Amino acid sequence: MPIDIEVKKLDDFRWLIPKKGKMRTEGLIYADEKMLAVIRKDASLEQVANVACLPGIVGRSMAMPDIHWGYGFPIGGVAAFDMEDGIVSPGGVGYDINCGVRLLRSDMDAADVKDQIPTLVGALFRNIPCGVGSRRKDLKLSAQEMDHVLVKGAGWAVSRGYGSQEDLEHIEERGCIAGGNPEHVSQRACTRGKDQLGTLGSGNHFVEVGYVEEVYDEAAARALSLHKGQFTVMVHTGSRGLGHQVCDDYIKMLLKASAKYKIDLPDKQLCCAPIASKESKQYLSAMACAANFAFCNRQLITHWVRETFQKVFQMGPRKLGLHLVYDVCHNIAKVETHEVDGKARKLCVHRKGATRAFPPHSPFIPEDYKEAGQPVLIPGDMGRYSYVLVGTETALKETFGSTCHGAGRMLSRRQAKKVAKGRSIIRELEDQGIYVRGAGKGTINEEISEAYKDVTDVVNVVHEAGIGKKVARLKPMGVIKG
Amino acid sequence: MPRKYEFIEHTADLGFKVYGASPEKLFTHAAEAFFEALVALESVKERIERSIKVEADGLDNLMVRWLSELLYLYDTEMLVFKSFQVKRIEDNHLEANARGEVLDPARHEIKTGIKAVTYHKLYVKERRGGWEAQVILDI
Repeated sequence: MPIDIEVKKLDDFRWLIPKKGKMRTEGLIYADEKMLAVIRKDASLEQVANVACLPGIVGRSMAMPDIHWGYGFPIGGVAAFDMEDGIVSPGGVGYDINCGVRLLRSDMDAADVKDQIPTLVGALFRNIPCGVGSRRKDLKLSAQEMDHVLVKGAGWAVSRGYGSQEDLEHIEERGCIAGGNPEHVSQRACTRGKDQLGTLGSGNHFVEVGYVEEVYDEAAARALSLHKGQFTVMVHTGSRGLGHQVCDDYIKMLLKASAKYKIDLPDKQLCCAPIASKESKQYLSAMACAANFAFCNRQLITHWVRETFQKVFQMGPRKLGLHLVYDVCHNIAKVETHEVDGKARKLCVHRKGATRAFPPHSPFIPEDYKEAGQPVLIPGDMGRYSYVLVGTETALKETFGSTCHGAGRMLSRRQAKKVAKGRSIIRELEDQGIYVRGAGKGTINEEISEAYKDVTDVVNVVHEAGIGKKVARLKPMGVIKG
Repeated sequence: MPRKYEFIEHTADLGFKVYGASPEKLFTHAAEAFFEALVALESVKERIERSIKVEADGLDNLMVRWLSELLYLYDTEMLVFKSFQVKRIEDNHLEANARGEVLDPARHEIKTGIKAVTYHKLYVKERRGGWEAQVILDI
């Protein structure tokens, strides 16, 4: 049973976990009253308190409204650590390093392509490997090329003709986290990853086609070149087996390091090492490599999405206009400078199931979004909708420039299957105008709408709390699932 | 027949409790539970045998390494196993044989994609004259 954690209401959307026992700081939860009641049912608040016990934590241990129980750190957690006294924890990033989302906009309107959606979804499903054990047969990498992927990320893909310089400008960190040294990535990780580059994987990963159903902020939407009725594509995937293995390798190493540096762990999965230690430096280097692999993965999939569109619609790239709006990471640790008590401090910000949300005029966002702020992409479940937000000053001040990342599961995968039993989920979605193709029937049933919180509730909390600003809502028309 | 394992559920993850009369039996049953979570086992035939050796400090870490090795073989060579013989567990070493076959998507129904074997809430302990362990998988 979850331990009863004391929570104090700050306002309608902020709840404080007071400092108690070994906690070095307070916990802060972004949620409304109804959500908090659900959050209290699992052990995620205890996990927020556990993270608050780690050495060198700066500010509060935070949780976004889509928080749910994770291993060690909660999913939906944000925590920043001092570069001298603080720690790095692979568990604070998660197994799917740089799992993330990108959004492409087209120059077509959904109304004009409606009839071709089943054909398009079928073609995407054939052209983009998805599901467990999926392989891309026409992409074989030598060990040397793999090293380039790990160092250069999406830039490697672009140098090979998979995309353009314009794409790179619209990816968080321009699609490459600096400081990745392939020597810190194990042979096992490379072996797990080498056939998986350019594949979607299984679980909640997807390619989704849809349209802008609603615009909330005309000026921001215009800056992002989005308008009502516009046909769009979303890609959600990460670093596949390579990232999982990097995390596994370094948890093993950092378990030993935690003992060596005498760090008291409330849970083994929180294992960590001082940022200045050799172990942490190696992890951050390997993590950068895995993140770059993920950026490259989403870039390659984008290329095959564009290729599929050209074939199905018989149109050239210029007419299709499949431009990248933005690409965000939602499992990552980044070295960033933030103002703390009036002073600029270099921190290591862990975002596990949370998205960076930098405000207008941030030097770290694309030039064309300077006035609007950094786009934040929040996928919902496959039957409802997703959201486009932009980052805010409040987020930068309160959450180290972070906001939510998705809907968050409400039912376990088994429970979801039970709910879906005897129903044809594919047919039900088709009746709503959403065509779904999945590698396994099981995945589609596990991913039913009822398994997730309504992403609108999550987005409304961050919007009302001011740590993200709603720009547009997207409605799915077709989905391919792993 | 005493129970070998039972699944425990969390919203985003999957885990199991596993039981055995000896550490060898415990690790055998853990591997069975692992593949039961992953694939419809009745469809898997014993065509290939692999010998597996792993080592780690302590039985709990050894459990994670053992299951991670099986996951690695699955992820890189697409091997699905259904029967296991854990021959020896001593001095932080484990030696075992595993039998199964190469995954055939046409015949094998994959139930869950497993990303990793976690250390979260992990334990291996002697209890009431037998052994018990808990493992949580990231899926």
